[in-house]
Amino acid sequence: MEMKAIKFVLNGETHECLVSPWRTLLEMIREDFKLTGAKEGCGQGECGSCTVIMGGKSVNSCLVPAVEADGQEIITIEGLKKGETLHPIQEAFVAHSGMQCGFCTSGMIMSAKHLLDGNPDPTLEEIQEGVSGNFCRCTGYTKIFESIGAAAKAMKGGE
Amino acid sequence: MEDYSVIGKRIPRVDGLAKVTGEAKYAADYEMPGMLWCKIARSPYAHAKILNIDTSMAKRLPGVKAVITGEDFKGWKWGWMPKTREEEPLAAERVRYLGEAVAAVAAIDEDTAEEAAQLIKVEYEELPGVFDPEEAMKDGAFQIYDHAKNNISWDFHMDFGDVEKGFREADLVREDRFETGRVITGYLEPPAAVAMYDSSGITIWAAKQSPYFVYRHLAACFGLPLSKVRVIQPFIGGGFGGTKNDSLAGDFCSVLFSKMTGKPVKFVYTMEEVLMTCRRRHNMIVFNKMGMKKDGAITAMESRVIADGGAHTAIGPLTMYLTGCMSTLPYKLPNFKHDAYRMYTNNPIGAAMRGHGVTHTRFAAELQMEMMAEELGIDPVAVRLKNAITAPHETINKVTVKSCGLVEGIETIADSPVWKDRGNKKQKGPIAHGVGMSATSYLGGARQRGHQSCAAVIRLCEDGSVDYLTGATDCGQGSDTVLVQMVAEELGLGMADVDIKRVDTAVTPCDAGSYGSRVTVLAGKAARKAAQDVKQQLAVFAAEKWEAAPEDILFKDRRVSVKGQPEKTMPFDQLAKIACYSGSGAVILGRGYSDYGIDILDFEKGIGNCGTSYSFTSQLTEVDVDLETGFLKCTDMLIAHDCGVPLNPINVEAQNQGAAMQGMGQAMYEVFKMDHGKTLNASLVDYKMPLASDIPNIEVVDIIAEDPDGPFGAKEASEGAIVSVPPSIFTAVHDATGIWFKEQPLTPEKIAMALREKKKNG
Repeated sequence: MEMKAIKFVLNGETHECLVSPWRTLLEMIREDFKLTGAKEGCGQGECGSCTVIMGGKSVNSCLVPAVEADGQEIITIEGLKKGETLHPIQEAFVAHSGMQCGFCTSGMIMSAKHLLDGNPDPTLEEIQEGVSGNFCRCTGYTKIFESIGAAAKAMKGGE
Repeated sequence: MEDYSVIGKRIPRVDGLAKVTGEAKYAADYEMPGMLWCKIARSPYAHAKILNIDTSMAKRLPGVKAVITGEDFKGWKWGWMPKTREEEPLAAERVRYLGEAVAAVAAIDEDTAEEAAQLIKVEYEELPGVFDPEEAMKDGAFQIYDHAKNNISWDFHMDFGDVEKGFREADLVREDRFETGRVITGYLEPPAAVAMYDSSGITIWAAKQSPYFVYRHLAACFGLPLSKVRVIQPFIGGGFGGTKNDSLAGDFCSVLFSKMTGKPVKFVYTMEEVLMTCRRRHNMIVFNKMGMKKDGAITAMESRVIADGGAHTAIGPLTMYLTGCMSTLPYKLPNFKHDAYRMYTNNPIGAAMRGHGVTHTRFAAELQMEMMAEELGIDPVAVRLKNAITAPHETINKVTVKSCGLVEGIETIADSPVWKDRGNKKQKGPIAHGVGMSATSYLGGARQRGHQSCAAVIRLCEDGSVDYLTGATDCGQGSDTVLVQMVAEELGLGMADVDIKRVDTAVTPCDAGSYGSRVTVLAGKAARKAAQDVKQQLAVFAAEKWEAAPEDILFKDRRVSVKGQPEKTMPFDQLAKIACYSGSGAVILGRGYSDYGIDILDFEKGIGNCGTSYSFTSQLTEVDVDLETGFLKCTDMLIAHDCGVPLNPINVEAQNQGAAMQGMGQAMYEVFKMDHGKTLNASLVDYKMPLASDIPNIEVVDIIAEDPDGPFGAKEASEGAIVSVPPSIFTAVHDATGIWFKEQPLTPEKIAMALREKKKNG
């Protein structure tokens, strides 16, 4: 199968490469760019562990063909930190125990970022809806809701 | 309670930073140059003889480096006990469940390995299958193992007091049949490993919640001394018992492939493989008979348990033990008889899962007790308080309880406004609101047969920082954090001064594993003892400098001082430097191991302590039931949990919340749909686990019941709530509908059908 040339921005850096039409965005990110923060849980777009942001939207990268990255801006969990400074969502997940085993955490935080980018002041129901595509078996979700709520507050300046 | 610096504080997790940045590496994130991929070929039949395996087509596929079958393991088998060694890395002659591994390939990439696995041609002769544990017991049922008459994989019997006398003394005797569900542990990280076999032996980065199991299995399988087996623990994406506490076909095959090819070999199971073939909770049928006096006192209980064990015994003997030995908690029980049968079937293997064994029989007994109380006109709180144990307590099977927050927990539920207002039935349109409760117990510091201690080594660095080595694994439960807290507290240091090293069997001390809520209790004791050892060694140097007695040297707030002489003080790091450089320079190495649980445990009769301490969980649950559709929604939970002393309250809350939601999934909707041994819902699309939108409001109240044996008074905090949730949901649904349901999961279909039946019968 013919390889396709694509160009995209990944965590702020522009890349050009050739990809197979069979390759998923998750495979490209993990195997070609060695960014292993996004995980493969189910490989069927159900668990959300592979969530990244592409073109401003959260996507299950295990379902997205890598060729669709062409012309897009992609942010993964590795792209959230600014230098040594954690993103407020990351800070909040640490402070509020928003993770246990951590396997869902990258995807969960990316879904939270997508939510808060569009809705800086979500209600509990909106938070629940915002991460309803991400499974977590460890936390029972409650501490995740608290973390996202705290992050929203911090991002508005803590009022 | 003493004034502690880090114990009892809401300390953020030590692994938090690595996990929120994506830096934390899990087994599937590892790769090595020249690495091959391993894929497993699995049986499409639940029960069949293997007549022939043709690997020639697979071997011819370009990129394939090796293909193996069961014969390559030369008859080696493993099992939880010497007499239950029956599972082969790859089945050689007979498959006993659908998806059992029969062959494996190693190839240059994952796709090639996958394709080659499909090219392996296996000729089978299908055998009659046995899929129902009650059918499996019957005379004439097809025998799955030649040695196991009536397909009994394991049976366990207890008989204490005189149950017949107890039933005669009772004013009410009731018998019911209960069923508990067949569910998956539900970790999101599929099992994976990268294995290397070279002149230094085996090195494997494996997703294991108890790495020392696979360490022993690999040494035995490959005939190597344990010193030549190195299991290095990456971050672990959830465990919850079962699969990640055991070895897998992928572990053995990837090591053998590496031995054959000289290359590192990786495998990652798919979620379909997990759901189709990995260990799952036993589903059980519990026939329960209980006797009760008019005042609510329980006079006797007799349980007959039939468990679907699946194709192999695995850890099943312990499961069956736990169904019985824990039935004598948390209520006074003067007469008890228990007969448990773990049945071989041609289903995937039943094994341990959070709430191991206990959740089944407690579900049955808890519901039945409340049914009988209702018949006798006794309030749910009153019947529990009537029978609740208090510490100290010894059960009829010599389980000894030294601390117990049960009564306080039940009273916490009873005092809540929701419970007090329970009499006012609430209904909005077709939605009826129900309130239910439960009160349960779980063991901490679980014991099994054989090696069970935890150990710790603490190395003092010359700058005053500390390396803490433990064989205990944090598979998400937060044990790394609480263990570091204990080391820091004991040494008078801060959290940042102590660095925990994850398991590397070449370096860390041997540990039984992360199961049975044993890490905080047992690894915690070891950690404290090792830290005390460091203090004793350091105190000698301080005592010499100040001409004081070593036992008068105090370690607090990163300083060292002499008791009663506050002017004699210096920073901890200064003393570390003195110790490491005085004279020849000392090497300060502290060590310690736990020695709880050395009293008698009779595994055959069910006598003695299966844990070193016991937690008590009292729970209130509120539900909404749609009386037209049967739709059930859990709206609120109040969990009053006695974990002794919460060493890190935020983590204790988190553990309770997580366990509660796993229990809710099991109680309300999780179940494997089976058809002749085939799992029909082997994907997360079809197998329903709780999502963010399903989550009730969960309040956790810590009941403090300091345990004399626990480190800093702690007991367990990770499994109690998975036992308390199912009965509390079922009692809440009864409150809303007036119907006693006895089978998990409590699906809308079951509720709607029962409501229709109830209406029909007036």
